[in-house]
Amino acid sequence: MSMAATPILQPVERENYLNKEYGAWSWLLTTDHKRIALLYLLSITFFFFIGGFFALLIRLELLTPAGDLVQADTYNKLFTMHGMIMVFFFLIPSIPAVLGNFLVPLMIGAKDLAFPRINLLSWYLYIIGGVMMMHCMLTGGVDTGWTFYAPFSTNFTNTKIVEAGLAIFVAGFSSILTGLNFVVTIHRMRAPGMTWSRLPLFIWAHYATSIIQLLGTPVIAVTIVLVAAERALHLGIFDPKLGGDPLLFQHLFWFYSHPAVYIMILPAMGVVTEIIACFSRKRIFGYHFVAFSSIAIAVFGFLVWAHHMFVAGISVYSALVFSFLSYAVALPSAIKVFNWTATLYKGSIHYDAPMLYAFGFLGLFTIGGLTGLFLSALGIDVHVTDTYFVVAHFHYIMVGGAVMGYLGGMHFWWPKISGRLYPEGWARLAALIVFIGFNLTFFPQFILGYMGMPRRYYDYSHMPEFQILNVLSTAGATVLGVGYLLPMFYFLWSMRYGKPASDNPWNAAGLEWKTTSPPPTFNFDEEPVVIWEAYNYEELDAPHEEGVPVAK
Amino acid sequence: MQNNATSTVAVHDRHGEAHAAHNPALLHHFATEEQQRNSASLGMWVFLATEVMFFGGLFCAYLVYRRWYFGDFAAASKSINMWLGATNTAVLICSSLTVVLAVWAAQTARRRLLIGSLILTMLLGLLFLGIKGVEYKEKFDEHHVPGASFSFDHEEIPGHPGQYANPKHAQMFFSLYFVMTGLHALHMIIGLGIFAWLLTMAWKGRFTPEWHTPVEIGGLYWHFVDIVWIYLFPLLYLIDRHK
Repeated sequence: MSMAATPILQPVERENYLNKEYGAWSWLLTTDHKRIALLYLLSITFFFFIGGFFALLIRLELLTPAGDLVQADTYNKLFTMHGMIMVFFFLIPSIPAVLGNFLVPLMIGAKDLAFPRINLLSWYLYIIGGVMMMHCMLTGGVDTGWTFYAPFSTNFTNTKIVEAGLAIFVAGFSSILTGLNFVVTIHRMRAPGMTWSRLPLFIWAHYATSIIQLLGTPVIAVTIVLVAAERALHLGIFDPKLGGDPLLFQHLFWFYSHPAVYIMILPAMGVVTEIIACFSRKRIFGYHFVAFSSIAIAVFGFLVWAHHMFVAGISVYSALVFSFLSYAVALPSAIKVFNWTATLYKGSIHYDAPMLYAFGFLGLFTIGGLTGLFLSALGIDVHVTDTYFVVAHFHYIMVGGAVMGYLGGMHFWWPKISGRLYPEGWARLAALIVFIGFNLTFFPQFILGYMGMPRRYYDYSHMPEFQILNVLSTAGATVLGVGYLLPMFYFLWSMRYGKPASDNPWNAAGLEWKTTSPPPTFNFDEEPVVIWEAYNYEELDAPHEEGVPVAK
Repeated sequence: MQNNATSTVAVHDRHGEAHAAHNPALLHHFATEEQQRNSASLGMWVFLATEVMFFGGLFCAYLVYRRWYFGDFAAASKSINMWLGATNTAVLICSSLTVVLAVWAAQTARRRLLIGSLILTMLLGLLFLGIKGVEYKEKFDEHHVPGASFSFDHEEIPGHPGQYANPKHAQMFFSLYFVMTGLHALHMIIGLGIFAWLLTMAWKGRFTPEWHTPVEIGGLYWHFVDIVWIYLFPLLYLIDRHK
């Protein structure tokens, strides 16, 4: 009631980070973490739709069993570029570089990240990497798959491995600098009273993510250096002919690239935690368990990489150990899911769009996680390695988990970011379309994979019985595409025509809601002092008990 | 001494507007100089952790092959000049000493000592790179650079008379030798760039006992690059030397 009345009474817009300065240079040379977050938002959205375009071409090719839309080599490049762009230029920066950048200082009560200029540098590095990747793509691309396994990548393919590798190297540097900024900011920049146990779990998730970015990314960087040196100088480090070991490449590659999955999913878990607490109006059940499970995922995540190599020729004993450790990662993940569920229990649940995405995340992440356990079981993995089962599994985590979390977070914090409300009806519709489209795309792929359809084949005319499930999957991809375009349109629409948002439209806990929407350049007019626990929803709702629902 | 600085800042902060009275190096988003200094030094430590992982991947690759092809690696290791490597180790250890001197000079406002130590550090760094260059030249002349003209024939495995090293595996040693020492040298060159910048700042008298964070964290970086060499030297130069 009072929430709806405030914006209309606002005659003049207050000075905020958006209207403080205008012009291209005020954006391109900004050191404001909120503006850099928006720069990232624009650039990752661009790459998301490029990667999505490749995905649609892949799905179109698979509509019929014959290889009739593109040639085999083109198809190889399509799935390679889809993977490289989605992993390195969308998923890894998505939540940390956009929402994390925007929210980490706000949530802990800081004026900015610890190193604002390094933050801007990280965006420029990302853009340089992105331009290199686009150039590589337009001048021929890469056909090895995003994993660029040696010795195919080092000795055989004629495609632009070195250029793509350098693009990833540079983008990796950007990722490292973001992680470095977050770790130092979270350690050193917390407002008075913001103790570690009062931190929002979004911050804990980003702290864990940053640890992985910091300790994992350098290893892929040195791997890329070795691949580039090997291609340029024919060194033979991964070449069996010269005594090198291709498996060493896989070890180094997955040492980063498995934890990279947690770079994608942990921030989404952080987002979902915030949303679930707000829309069930309760303190998160088992705060410390959820916080430390993030750290546990980061630590365990570094000890499971070889489960990507069960059929690659590692010994049975190390396979057993890695299988066991992979099961161990399920523990902290399950702790999170159970604690979210316990938070919902007897909560006063509101079905706004962010919550719909959070529900979507819960279900899809659980399916993705459980099928991950299938894959860490040695016997089943041998059967389904390199089939669509694997493809479906990691898309349930990366798209069903990470992208759902990202969209949920974008809706939840959009009023804070833009100062405007998005159209709730459209947003709920879009959430529904994304959920349906996603399942229609990827669930059939579990069945296809279990029946034995291999991944990375452009032609399956020797097994035409797979067509019906592929048609379903392609249809789902179309629906999913619509679901992704919708938010882009209504977010843009709301920037001009949306209702002005109040400072705290969800009546949510957390420091970011205690400043104006959109926030001023240095975030808070007065330095905040924290004297309350995180997620104090019971307290927040207590004075409003005259029968008026708070979050609308 | 440092407490003094902090309390002045706190007084200014109460008046809000008086930021101009601060040390101009205090950035707006930090509350105190102490917070800024701690952030910068934590940032460098975290960055060095990423560097440990970067070199760690390389060391891991090296150790795998060193174990597989131990004899060949020992033979190849014998062909690089241990004395040049040992001299370089001494040079870098001395440069770490001059870095420590520079930090101390900055803390105690000894400007001439600061400038002298920075110059000395850079000279030692250049000397290291010069000796490295001599070593690379030697390897080039002996056809030990991996590639088409590589040759390592009839080189005995130390301790196994009559057994010759496999040239392919010896080439693997030299591949790793050049990648590892090359990346280390690249870090040295970046370090020299950082120290050149520190030198110009010191020349302008920008460092005070209250604010000399760049000297401290630049020093941390330099020490790290030294430590990498302390591991590279025995791993690459001293394989099976006792035989």
